[in-house]
Amino acid sequence: MSATKSIVIRGATVVNPDAVFEADVRVVGALIDAVGDALEGDIVLDGKGCYVSSGFVDLHTHLREPGKEEAETIESGSRAAALGGYTAVVAMPNTDPAQDNVATVRFVREQGIKANLCEVMPSGCITVGRLGAELVSYAGLADEGVTLFTDDGTGVQDEDTMKRALVSARLANVTLAQHCEVSSMTNGAVMHDGACCSSLGVPGWPSLAEEQMVQRDIDLVRATGAKMHFLHLSTQGSVQMVRQAKAEGLPITAEVTPHHLSLLDELLTSFDPIFKVNPPLRTAADIAALKAGVLDGTIDAIATDHAPHAGHTKEQPLDQAPPGMLGLETALAVVNTSMKLDARKIVELMSWNPARIAGLDARHGRAVAVGEPANLCVWNTADVWEVSREGLASKSKNTPYHGMNVRGRVRHTLFNGQIVVNEGKATR
Amino acid sequence: MSIVFPSRTEILATADIDRAIKRISHEIVERNTELSHVVIVGMQTGGTWIAERLAKGVQQIEPSSSVPLGAVDISMYRDDFSLRPIVLSAPTDIPFDLTEKTVVLVDDVLFTGRTVRAALEALNDHGRPRAVQLAVMVDRGHRELPIRPDYVGKNIPTHFSDEISVGPDGVFVTVVEKGQA
Amino acid sequence: MNHLLSTHDLSIDEIVQLLELADHMAEINSRAVPKVPALRGKTIASVFFEDSTRTRLSFETAAKRLSAEVMTFSASTSSVNKGESLRDTIETLTAMGVHAFVVRHKSSGVPKQITQWTNAAVVNAGDGWHQHPTQAMLDAYTITRNFGDKESMAGRTIAIVGDIKHSRVARSNVDVFTRMGANVVLVAPDALLPSSIEGWNVSTASSIDEVVGHVDVLYMLRMQRERMDESLVISLKEYTDLYALTEERAARLAPHALLMHPGPINRGVEMQVDPSEVPGSRILQQVANGISVRMAVLFSLLGGEISPAATLGGEA
Repeated sequence: MSATKSIVIRGATVVNPDAVFEADVRVVGALIDAVGDALEGDIVLDGKGCYVSSGFVDLHTHLREPGKEEAETIESGSRAAALGGYTAVVAMPNTDPAQDNVATVRFVREQGIKANLCEVMPSGCITVGRLGAELVSYAGLADEGVTLFTDDGTGVQDEDTMKRALVSARLANVTLAQHCEVSSMTNGAVMHDGACCSSLGVPGWPSLAEEQMVQRDIDLVRATGAKMHFLHLSTQGSVQMVRQAKAEGLPITAEVTPHHLSLLDELLTSFDPIFKVNPPLRTAADIAALKAGVLDGTIDAIATDHAPHAGHTKEQPLDQAPPGMLGLETALAVVNTSMKLDARKIVELMSWNPARIAGLDARHGRAVAVGEPANLCVWNTADVWEVSREGLASKSKNTPYHGMNVRGRVRHTLFNGQIVVNEGKATR
Repeated sequence: MSIVFPSRTEILATADIDRAIKRISHEIVERNTELSHVVIVGMQTGGTWIAERLAKGVQQIEPSSSVPLGAVDISMYRDDFSLRPIVLSAPTDIPFDLTEKTVVLVDDVLFTGRTVRAALEALNDHGRPRAVQLAVMVDRGHRELPIRPDYVGKNIPTHFSDEISVGPDGVFVTVVEKGQA
Repeated sequence: MNHLLSTHDLSIDEIVQLLELADHMAEINSRAVPKVPALRGKTIASVFFEDSTRTRLSFETAAKRLSAEVMTFSASTSSVNKGESLRDTIETLTAMGVHAFVVRHKSSGVPKQITQWTNAAVVNAGDGWHQHPTQAMLDAYTITRNFGDKESMAGRTIAIVGDIKHSRVARSNVDVFTRMGANVVLVAPDALLPSSIEGWNVSTASSIDEVVGHVDVLYMLRMQRERMDESLVISLKEYTDLYALTEERAARLAPHALLMHPGPINRGVEMQVDPSEVPGSRILQQVANGISVRMAVLFSLLGGEISPAATLGGEA
């Protein structure tokens, strides 16, 4: 084999937890070899006008494999992730079969390794088949490296089941991630239950359906002492409850999606199922509350809830179309366009915090420093570009941002020291 | 390029129109020996006021007669929907059966003949007249169909692009220069 | 006007103009042979994914009286049952040369979605709980023509009684009536009101007794028995006690007041009186007007541009 070529990222601004500074970064093999001025290397990546930080980590990705490969595969989803600057994604367990067993979890991990575009970390189900009844063996899947368990797509409805799950999770030292939705309140729901919904004449998705479960789970965390992560919070009430629970010192973390920070329920006046998502797009007041939660640390992470759907499924009537939208390739730009965040905050929300929550922090979400794993992302907050569904790497096209101008772009992504994205293009 | 303003010329004055209506009323009486079979139907909207005046004129000549008056709207019968906008006029108002009647169909201007064709079709939906006679205030030529008037206020040779306006206050021709229409 | 998807797509001027056009159609409908050649050569597909015999017949009659070809598609006997997608259905019919689709669907928004798969005009014949624009037009026509005021219904008080929440008729009518200047009162139990009526510009009342004596129009909605199964209403009796039109209540209607209902009537539920015995009942007139209004809609979509300004000068 030939000698490993060195890669230098030249002229970017390093974003680290303790400092933000201009420096070149040299990568040799899978590690960062040097951080300093005027470094030389075999391959030079232009970093001018960009930040270089640890690669992004998505806590919430639907890769659809196994089961719905027409919508996305682990390979196509990994490529979309790399283009979005992600070096690790947590694969949601609502596959078919569900990720409630060792074989499926191994399959997902191995497909990720085969694609070799980012780290694919399978999550596990809280209950067998995500049916909300029988608990999955957390310890058994933890041995496979699973750290995050969720029934995402639905919340665990039964209080006692959830309580027992939390107790087991504490013993196995894993984190449960709740999709907060009291399903009896969202039967057939299509969009946020508000003025727009009433005027359009579609079944509404009340904020209360989310908030009741957030409150219940906060109470259960208090009772059990187990760790809990709240997925895709969408209402002002949820943010306030989590804020209080954190002030109380409960071991709670929370995420918000780029689309809940940027899109209003009024988009559904188009009746375009592209805007149907679970939880639903909410009101301007909710967006403001979510942003405030991001700024004051109530919200720990931005997570995409990347949910690919084959084209024909989104051509159904609004009440029959599946909820969900793409997110990986637009997350940075949408967040950066929607709110004013400094680079350090962006990396905290998109890399450092989610890496820690997912237990990926041995390899991801680390400082850009000598000897650290070379899982890196080079990105800027200035480039304006038009999102085009045809231009996305995902197998599906259901981006709600098609035709919109956004600001901020991923230029290069290095995974395990290899260039997987160069000048905004996937290298494989 | 020089700007050419269209010129508007009076062709018939109010008195001329009054005379024409009186003359046509006489012609209708002379031509229809059985006046009791005659009905007068104006075309919405330009022909209706003329039809009213003709009905009055006939009544003055033959006070014992009472000629029924109707109005026909041809918007639903046109063959040129795609060519020009439909002008919303008043609905058809023919509160009598036309079967075995002699209908005097009245319009202000006879031009291509297409409106009259549509009106003939519309009349048929109100019965089968024994005969239809056509009365117009102005015949400006340029026929595209084999239709000719029975009673004419005045023949006025025009260019195809000229615009004609007919009202109780007179008949005016506006010459629209080429490229302006 | 390219499509008629929602009453919100129409300005008041456009509504008034459509109602005037309906006057022309009403005249045609009064003839011995109620048929004109206006839409000769046009093909109108009536595509009913949800059964509704009366609305379908009303539209098809309207189309035929304008001499259009009618293509009938009913979901219960079609390839939709074999899993054909909405898009494929519409693209297939479009390929057969359809100029307008008249669409009924149980899901809100489907007529709007369909517009992206065809260049034909789309008329919403009722979608989910969303809109039923031709119903609102025919109701506005019935009210204005009865009160003899063509331009508006300014100052009239119209009570709409029943299941507002699940009613496309209510949503369309509230929009048209309020924009034409009527005072609209919604009479319904809380569970049958939408969760928000922000921007609806209406008032509410909690029983029919509060309004029946002083309305100009009493508009009864059909109460679907399924709603009681969903326990949105505690019992039929509770509902009828407060919201049904009884003989006694009908007697309290003002002499000029109109009784209206979109049909089909649920006798013994919301209508506990025989409407033919209520002097102000215009329920059958609504049905007749429905044809005129739908002719006006189809004609204005397919018959070419309509110019509101009358110009003298005869033929162009």
